[in-house]
Amino acid sequence: MIATWFFQAASGRLSLGPVDLIIILLYFALVLGLGLYLKKFTKTSEDFFMAGREMTAWIAGLSFISANLGSLEMMGYAAATYQYGILVAHAYWIAAIPAILFLALVMLPFYYICKTHSVPGYLKLRFGEGARSLSAISFAVMTILMSGINMYSMAVIMKVILGWDIHFSIWVSSLTVAIYVMAGGLLSAIFNEVLQFFLIWVGCLVIPVVGLYETGGWAGMVHRIQTNFPGQDFIHMWSTTGSFTANPMGVHWTGIVFGWGLAISFGYWTTDFLVVQRVMAAKDLRSAQLGTIIGAFFKMMVPLIVILPGLLALAVLPFHLVPESQGNLPGAHTYNEALPLMLARYCGPGLLGLGVTALVAGFMSGMAGNVTAFTTVWTYDIYKPLLRKDAPDSHYVSMGRWCSLIGVFISIGTAYLVMNFSSIIVYAQVIFVFFIVPMFGTVILGMLWKRTTPAAGFWGLLAGILTSFALWLWVKLDPSALRHVAFSEHAKDMAENIYRAMWSLIANVVVTVAVSLVTRPKPDSELTNLVYGLTELAPGEQFSFFRRPITWAVAVAIGFVILNIWFW
Amino acid sequence: MQEHAISIWFFIGALFVIYGALVLGAGIYGLFVPAMNIAMPGLHISVWWGCGMMALGLLFAVRFRPGRSE
Repeated sequence: MIATWFFQAASGRLSLGPVDLIIILLYFALVLGLGLYLKKFTKTSEDFFMAGREMTAWIAGLSFISANLGSLEMMGYAAATYQYGILVAHAYWIAAIPAILFLALVMLPFYYICKTHSVPGYLKLRFGEGARSLSAISFAVMTILMSGINMYSMAVIMKVILGWDIHFSIWVSSLTVAIYVMAGGLLSAIFNEVLQFFLIWVGCLVIPVVGLYETGGWAGMVHRIQTNFPGQDFIHMWSTTGSFTANPMGVHWTGIVFGWGLAISFGYWTTDFLVVQRVMAAKDLRSAQLGTIIGAFFKMMVPLIVILPGLLALAVLPFHLVPESQGNLPGAHTYNEALPLMLARYCGPGLLGLGVTALVAGFMSGMAGNVTAFTTVWTYDIYKPLLRKDAPDSHYVSMGRWCSLIGVFISIGTAYLVMNFSSIIVYAQVIFVFFIVPMFGTVILGMLWKRTTPAAGFWGLLAGILTSFALWLWVKLDPSALRHVAFSEHAKDMAENIYRAMWSLIANVVVTVAVSLVTRPKPDSELTNLVYGLTELAPGEQFSFFRRPITWAVAVAIGFVILNIWFW
Repeated sequence: MQEHAISIWFFIGALFVIYGALVLGAGIYGLFVPAMNIAMPGLHISVWWGCGMMALGLLFAVRFRPGRSE
């Protein structure tokens, strides 16, 4: 029956052969087998929710970056590159690398030394139950919503590209994730993410390799792009951002630096528990820091398999891709098909199966990330403190296992909700900015300024969320307000999100500081291991030069600077 | 926990060996029956990619095989 269903795939844009199907089925068998094998190693809550805190730097780091490398992101950014050019690589460089290095060197020591299980857990230790509950509940809702939206979007893409039935895609991939996460918890999710990381790279790297060979290298590709799209600049990252109208995104460099590179990036990479959980599972602080830096290095390399295919699509496709709104025109291919079309262009039997497996693996790693983060936050930050405080450890492990399954079912329910109300997808990124960005301001002030008070932690967080929501509503009710919120009437959705994030962070910081100055701070004795100046950080000098996290962080930072100058 | 567990790198190596063999097999078949509608068919990328995956997989599988002392 499954084989029959698979062979019906020929009705999509790509058609898979028997070798491709064997590769895909083998992948599903392996991830399930791995999950069931790892079940015997997850007996305590520390095993299930934190993978026993025994991960090496490489495993933690690759898992950290794999949880972020969802297939929707890969296809979405390849599509965005076709629209906006290499400008989109900012998402991988300035909107990632500084924040990841900051997490590794400045914030991880606090997360690690205070032995918290989650980011909301840190807020509980630093600010009390109010800030923890607000962040935990908003994170849990956001995570499940995003998981459902990703699930539905992925199923739609699989239907368009491969002709796969939407319901089948949703249920098979979701239940696979549910089984392996339920069995082995975070340990299983992390091990599968490492496996998925390799599959994603080996499946997608074939596009830039063959693509650059076809175009005669970088210079040949640029020449073809300029021939296909005369007068448009797709290959410079900074030189077109001096004004709002000189680039297709409608964004100024200040927005890229302060909105994208500071507010959104630091919010996501340093406080979104989905990614932070992976490195918190490392066996010691140095491994956690090195793992994060390894993640930064590979994040910097991701444009090779995402941005470059988008640029190659501009260079070699014999037709122009169109926006989603024109996708129904006969013979039209949309922006979102950029990556799959390039796979189809270069991959014969076997390699095509590998490429599709990479997309499925990307989807599953992202979903497993959402499910494990949701499970941990629900169990440790909502269920345990608010519903059942003193249960035996085995009870929380059991709760975690069932919560994984329930989390997947709620995600599936969200996916079906989105199916009927597709406008929810439009709001996904907006919701993300509502909740995640203000959390960064609250956490970083809490870590670096001991004067920050518990009341300020709560009210600052709430002020950031409400500011973001109010600005979104203002533009929604009065579109001309865009010139105030994003400084330009020409700002596109992505630019509006960037500037709204910046305002949200400013509101969060201003309110947190103001409330701190008029309320009573915690005594120093209650802030040990939580705040800079009251925490004994592990001295790096005890390791040799090449074993110190700072050495590799500087190396990554130098690479980051060189890349930005190179593609200026 | 890690002491008795099979290394994740071994799983990855084993999978790469199997996948590499499948891709290589498909590539060799393609030498005689070329795939339709593929750009750069003369490059025979499946053959090279399959060999590369098998080599990488073997490296991992042997280096991290079960029972090998660290």
